[in-house]
Amino acid sequence: MELVEAIILSVLAASTPLLIAATGELVTERSGVLNLGVEGMMIMGAACGFAGAWLTGSIIIGAICGIIAGTLMSLVFALMALGLAVNQVATGLALTILGIGLSGLIGAGFVGERITPAPHLYIPVLTDIPLIGRVLFGEDAFVYLSIALIVGVWWFLYQTRTGLILRACGDNHVSAHALGYPVLRIRTLAVMFGGACAGLAGAYLPLAYTPFFIPGMTAGRGWIALALVVFSSWRPGRLVVGAYLFGAVTILQLHAQGWGIGIPSQFMSALPYLATVIVLVLLSRARTGGSTAPAALGTVFVPDR
Amino acid sequence: MQLVLEKRAERSNRIALVSPLIAIGLTIVTMSILFAVLGKNPVLALHAYFIAPLTDGYSLQEIAVKATPLVMIAIGLSLCYLANAWNIGAEGQFLIGAVAGSWIAVKTQGTDAGAWVLPAMLLLGAIAGALYALIPAVCKVKFGASEILTSLMLVYVADLFLDYLVRGPWRDPHGFNFPTTAEFDPVATVPLLIEGGRLHLGSIIALLVVAAAAVLLGRTIKGFEIRVVGAAPRAARFGGFNSNQLIILTFAVSGALAGLAGIIEVAGPVGHLQPGISPGYGFTAIIVAFLGRLNPIGILIAGLFLALTFIGGEQAQIAMKIPLDVTKVFQGILLFYVLACDSLILYRFRLVFPNRQVTRGTG
Repeated sequence: MELVEAIILSVLAASTPLLIAATGELVTERSGVLNLGVEGMMIMGAACGFAGAWLTGSIIIGAICGIIAGTLMSLVFALMALGLAVNQVATGLALTILGIGLSGLIGAGFVGERITPAPHLYIPVLTDIPLIGRVLFGEDAFVYLSIALIVGVWWFLYQTRTGLILRACGDNHVSAHALGYPVLRIRTLAVMFGGACAGLAGAYLPLAYTPFFIPGMTAGRGWIALALVVFSSWRPGRLVVGAYLFGAVTILQLHAQGWGIGIPSQFMSALPYLATVIVLVLLSRARTGGSTAPAALGTVFVPDR
Repeated sequence: MQLVLEKRAERSNRIALVSPLIAIGLTIVTMSILFAVLGKNPVLALHAYFIAPLTDGYSLQEIAVKATPLVMIAIGLSLCYLANAWNIGAEGQFLIGAVAGSWIAVKTQGTDAGAWVLPAMLLLGAIAGALYALIPAVCKVKFGASEILTSLMLVYVADLFLDYLVRGPWRDPHGFNFPTTAEFDPVATVPLLIEGGRLHLGSIIALLVVAAAAVLLGRTIKGFEIRVVGAAPRAARFGGFNSNQLIILTFAVSGALAGLAGIIEVAGPVGHLQPGISPGYGFTAIIVAFLGRLNPIGILIAGLFLALTFIGGEQAQIAMKIPLDVTKVFQGILLFYVLACDSLILYRFRLVFPNRQVTRGTG
């Protein structure tokens, strides 16, 4: 039983950064913008989040620093891709390259330092319930936040008028513009939300997942988050399923090494990346009838005057 | 205040030529500020970055050595990007090419094999790179899977595979437990062009690749097809050009070039297979491709320039203790400015003030 509990706890921990980052990107893409810079914003969130937490001794301030870093990065993207109408794919790549460099520069002074990671919740009685207690009532705050975030996004997209307008911008920016909606402003806000989420997701890594910072510690999670958005067919509900599935694959890989399976560790480590490729192929194949992606995704919009 | 873009009646060729220079200028200004923030003298730092490496023969050779893989990979990527196929996994294709070619070197180690070894290694490296690039291309064409994500995921897979080989089956038994193969035999090594120097045959191969690409793009129907499919997909369909076929072709060529670059790097400057054979050549080549305006000659110049930043970055680290990551920041900022300046080719920027907007009435 303890093993099952431990596995579920570690799956949740591994899934949470993917879920947070993918939630942000889901909103961005729903508004019609493809931001491939998630990895760059995440790694900046990790570096700035750790720096903030180490300097102030506060996990919360660390998380805020991560969010600010991710948002600032996303603003650079918005200026380029929305303000200057630059190709979104190329801008996203640039953002990732810049993020990896900057985070190395910022984080260099903090390599080797440690912090006390975010505490896990402990509610007497509730957390002590066998089996479900630790899993339901003993997580760190980020886990609960990630769930609140995706529920909030679901509610926003499908239950509010603003959410409807945002989706309209993603599906047909010309019509949305003709109806008088400020397409570029809505997209900028969506991009910033994506950046804030990516920054928070990155900050989760040194603040809760491991208590230290190493350069390149996001290790492609930003890209996996991007794949998860495709996996989810741009729907919040499926995104949760996808994120936890991928978290499980990551943990399977770690535990398999502990169980002494005779497969070299590098092959097991490659599993999440291979799984991403396979999932992308299977999903795209299943969707031959017509794409579920927002129709205007990745296209440049320059309003006529 | 609001920034407004106005579409130009036609693309400005004058700006197309000047824009990479503006981008480099803006990058240098930004870097000066960054150096000042880091507490370094910007003038000295810029000198260490851009001037010092040009002043001695050894560094000049080193620039050519570093530019070799960058130019080869970027030429391949430019073909992909021109055809609107987004291969961003060149780093993985580079690593797989290095691994495949090294296989022959490892197997023939100490067997006094003939002169066929090196050509066979280069060939196998190119084939392996092409096959590895075909995975995302086929997934794209057959199933519609995003080639951006799949090609990138395969970078991590290639990296781990290389790591496995040099820590496991291919590890040098006399290597003090370091994760590396034994030094390659002389027959498995790319010959040097200058006795005792660093410049090697790979640089000549890179120049040939540039020339071949220039001919392909400028003088052949295939090159025309690639550019039409990328620039005007609808027109290309009417013209009967098959864009799927071009995705496969450009991915295969770019994978082959990346793989070739990989094996040349391992059999040349590095001399053995080990992790970390690439300081991100596959990603930097993306910048080279854009900075070079997706044009073969432009890419050659851009490759030399980015190689200069690698060497300058190393020298600045030694001379002024400037962190090596500054080079990556530099490259990222440069790519931003290149893209932003490219926007000037198609649009005119204008600042609009809200009070003027009001007087416009209903639009």
